[in-house]
Amino acid sequence: MACLRLIARLDIKGANVIKGIHLEGNRVVGDPGQLSEKYYDQGIDEIIYMDAVATLYGRNSLQKMISKTARKVFIPLTVGGGVRSVEDVQSLLSAGADKIAVNTAAVKNPELIKNMAEKYGAQCIVLSIEAKKNRGDGWEAMVDHGREHTGLNVAAWAQKAVRLGAGEILLTSIDRDGTRKGFDIELCRIVSENVPVPVIISGGMGKPDDLKSVVVNGKADAVAMADILHFKRDDLDTIKEHAVQGGIKVRYDS
Amino acid sequence: MTAKIIVIDYGMGNIFSICNALEHCGASVCLSSDSREIREADRLILPGVGAFRDGIENIKKQHLYEDILIFKDRGRPLLGICLGMQMLFSTSEEFGFWDGLNLIPGKVVQIPGYGIDEFSHKIPHIGWSGINPAKEPLQAWNNGLLASTQPGSMVYFVHSFYAVPDNRDNLLAVCDYNGLEITAAVQKNNIMGCQFHPEKSGKIGLSIFNQFMRI
Repeated sequence: MACLRLIARLDIKGANVIKGIHLEGNRVVGDPGQLSEKYYDQGIDEIIYMDAVATLYGRNSLQKMISKTARKVFIPLTVGGGVRSVEDVQSLLSAGADKIAVNTAAVKNPELIKNMAEKYGAQCIVLSIEAKKNRGDGWEAMVDHGREHTGLNVAAWAQKAVRLGAGEILLTSIDRDGTRKGFDIELCRIVSENVPVPVIISGGMGKPDDLKSVVVNGKADAVAMADILHFKRDDLDTIKEHAVQGGIKVRYDS
Repeated sequence: MTAKIIVIDYGMGNIFSICNALEHCGASVCLSSDSREIREADRLILPGVGAFRDGIENIKKQHLYEDILIFKDRGRPLLGICLGMQMLFSTSEEFGFWDGLNLIPGKVVQIPGYGIDEFSHKIPHIGWSGINPAKEPLQAWNNGLLASTQPGSMVYFVHSFYAVPDNRDNLLAVCDYNGLEITAAVQKNNIMGCQFHPEKSGKIGLSIFNQFMRI
């Protein structure tokens, strides 16, 4: 079995890392550079920067932050939020990002995924899906950091995006985000079983043991963590220990 | 003494991460597509992310092929990373059939979507895998690119294709991907390559760059 990837997710607003509940009501939790370096030193496998308001205000402010982090943190860095064009991808990669997450602009124009993947390779393009449970038994993809409806079924949209060239899926459960109630295992399983590319599940990690069920039952390839790390509810060593006890392989630095 | 490294700039991949990591290791790094700089380099890195065909076409279009061959004959160390490593091989079956630089005999093939356990697996192979010596004794490992790396160390991979050298003597390290032995690193004299990304493999990756600077 491959190692489970443990990813620190940093939602960014202006110059700060923030954390909310259901992607709303955000609290400032720290400085992006400092937190990235801290998690890197502790042994996190990857870092995601997600600009929470870029789509809303139509701006891209992450470049400086990324290039500062990329000089000190030597693990994969995914950046998303407000990515609208192939030019946006280029400028974020030039700043030091390794992978680019795209959501709103891809929903508006799915061909954008194809254009990005053809130019930079599928491994570079992460489809970010913000999933909200609908009244039936499915999930709807939301855009603009969970604020706007699309009417798209999450599993169908994931499949389409992978056909167009997305190399990975960042799957955020809006319902679970910031709630500490555990991951949405059913959501993760439905997407992971329907696409051939890795799925990163995000939203709801309450305790270290939540990892096991989302990997074993939810078929997650990677997990994104925010609240549990930012509010120091558990440190990475403890999280890794629990994973190993649960029979899940994780990375150690030496 | 500061190691001077030329990173070949042929318009492919995230060279900034490689430069950042090398500079962090104390190297003096220069991005270049200049013929003379490449031919006369002290140490050379061939980076690359993306499609094989695009990579090799860009190299040929910019007449860098000959420069790399001339560099190679001087016996100085060359390191190919990811697609850069794959392009060192003779041919690739990535979306067609393409000739590579042919510095290491062998071919680049697709990772099968099913493991030998007959379960389906995620492609691309993205994530951290342990690398181990391809063969006993450990002589090649202990004297080459991985001399400062412990067998079993975990490094970061992201790829859908992998290289198979004709001669297993060129195989420096392998990793296991669902039962499949995947080439993680190769070395043929002064020509080295790694499928994984040292620049994204944390402290272990940085120590591999440090070792490259000592060769």
